[in-house]
Amino acid sequence: MGRYTLRRLLQLIPVILGTTFLIHFLVWNLPGDPFAGRCGERPCNPAYIERMTELYNLNDPLIIQYGKYLLNLLQGNFGEDFRGVPVAETMAEVWPNTVKLAVVALSIEIIIGIGAGVLTGLKRGGFLDNLVMISTLFLMSLPVFVIGYLLQLTLGLQLGIIRPTVSPEMPWSELIVPGFVLASLQVAFTARLTRASIAENMRADYVRTAVAKGLPRRRVVGVHLLRNSLIPAVTFLGTEVGALMAGAIVTEGIFNINGVGQTIYRGIITHDATAVVPMVTVLVLVYLLATLLVDLLYAVLDPRIRYE
Amino acid sequence: MTEMISTQSRPAGEAGRNYSGSLLEVDNLLVEFHTRQGVAKAVNGVTYSVDAGETLAVLGESGSGKSVTAQTIMGILDMPPGRITGGEIRFRGVDLLKLPEAERRKIRGAGISMIFQDALSALNPVFPVGWQIGEMFRVHRGTSRAEAKKKAIELMDKVRIPAAKQRVNDYPHQFSGGMRQRIMIAMAIALDPEILIADEPTTALDVTVQAQIMELLAELQRESNMGLILITHDLGVVADVADKIAVMYGGRIVEHASVHELYANPAHPYAKGLLESIPRVDQKGQELYAIKGTPPNLLRMPSGCAFHPRCPYRRDNCVTDVPPLYEVDGSRRSACHYWREVLDGTAG
Repeated sequence: MGRYTLRRLLQLIPVILGTTFLIHFLVWNLPGDPFAGRCGERPCNPAYIERMTELYNLNDPLIIQYGKYLLNLLQGNFGEDFRGVPVAETMAEVWPNTVKLAVVALSIEIIIGIGAGVLTGLKRGGFLDNLVMISTLFLMSLPVFVIGYLLQLTLGLQLGIIRPTVSPEMPWSELIVPGFVLASLQVAFTARLTRASIAENMRADYVRTAVAKGLPRRRVVGVHLLRNSLIPAVTFLGTEVGALMAGAIVTEGIFNINGVGQTIYRGIITHDATAVVPMVTVLVLVYLLATLLVDLLYAVLDPRIRYE
Repeated sequence: MTEMISTQSRPAGEAGRNYSGSLLEVDNLLVEFHTRQGVAKAVNGVTYSVDAGETLAVLGESGSGKSVTAQTIMGILDMPPGRITGGEIRFRGVDLLKLPEAERRKIRGAGISMIFQDALSALNPVFPVGWQIGEMFRVHRGTSRAEAKKKAIELMDKVRIPAAKQRVNDYPHQFSGGMRQRIMIAMAIALDPEILIADEPTTALDVTVQAQIMELLAELQRESNMGLILITHDLGVVADVADKIAVMYGGRIVEHASVHELYANPAHPYAKGLLESIPRVDQKGQELYAIKGTPPNLLRMPSGCAFHPRCPYRRDNCVTDVPPLYEVDGSRRSACHYWREVLDGTAG
């Protein structure tokens, strides 16, 4: 397993180079002038443009630009955005918020998704099963922004149960509803995946053996059945961790959370490439590491998988 | 710790301790399956018994009800669709079917245990084999993890798995078919059960390994004097190890005899057909005998004797009258109106 992990980590290098180059290339080549509208109603002062062009190496060929960017990155220097704020500073401010929101969302996915999946998988066709099947279908059919605005409107504005937007201190209690909105689609998938997996494995021979061994039912289900049935759900949730970080643009926007998604979105619409590229680079890294973690976890959960 | 059972007392507890009848008695058992197509009568009044140290072979083709009977004894029948509509299963004189589930569970694995046909799917793929064997001690006896592992190694040694100590943490897929079945056996005999049910234990194995597994079972039985119910469709396996045979057809026992009696001279046309369909060296070159027709459809059982559509001894009343289990002699029984003719070998 150690060698496998090392090999996978080495494989990350070309992937990171490739993705960062693509991001760099695309963002810098977005149509439109990065300096349009930057200086109010008037066109920018040529001296300012010249200074910025110099500062960000905009006259260099793209490959040189990329090389300089990489060199800076290796020295731990994320550069400055067009406003002159160090990107590292912005990251330190927004990453904790996004991670916090993702943790809440992931917990909801695990607790509600797997919980509902297990309960309905064990007893299909009952009231709870129908309830879960219909509500997950509902969640899967609605776009995230509809659910988000709906909950904000009803719970936040009309009923006044929650604050309509999250306060800057990001208290955990205020993150529950945004976390649910962010998790809504994955909760539905996790529940259905777990349900199908439990229902299938319930008929497995090893479950019959566990019963024949005279184990109490809660041990048969909680140990023998669950361990096997969680494998698909864990794989799914792991790959979704990356998506939770990146996919929070809409949720962060609705609930006014100063997170990674919002920062990247702002960077893109203002042509602030120097801010977007490093942010997305880190996002790629998170995604890749999460995927690697899932692959390793997969081998722990299912001993039949061995990477040698 | 209500789950714990002291190591001294037998798992069934004190109830029925001084019972004088057989160790395990299945009495007129009726099991049905409720399906979309209708009610399938899988077991129609099966009666058999096993004593300590005795081996009963239950013989029959797929769908004859032999496995369903065994699953009902173990209490691992899927209900629904299965439903027990009548009969008793007495273990030391106590009817298991009337016991509450909590009591029943303590007998499962400890008093009566079972090994299955396909050990690869019957063992849990995600836990080490030693852990799975040790689980018996941890759950039934409250043994510590370390102690349970030690016992698992002892058991793996006992069923002759080479290098048990090194392999105790291996997973089922890392063993060969024969070794996996040995692990199943180790798990089943862990708590010294009084009855071991082996449901086609050698069907998934190749012939040389089959013989080793049967030898192992016979040896373990001699050592601990357990009653063994051997479910099989392989007549060759039965001959060496069984004391008595129950031949099942269409959910009923059609012949019950000692091995010697049955092999020498079967008293039911179906048993006779089975014996004649074994390939024999002295008949090399001749066409192999096969019982004509197909096994009965459990949803639409033939009237009268279930075997009548395939029977060479059939007469008119076979179509209308269900044959009782006629007493042939001693403990020998045959469910054929014309068992005398079958015994004499005069085909009708």
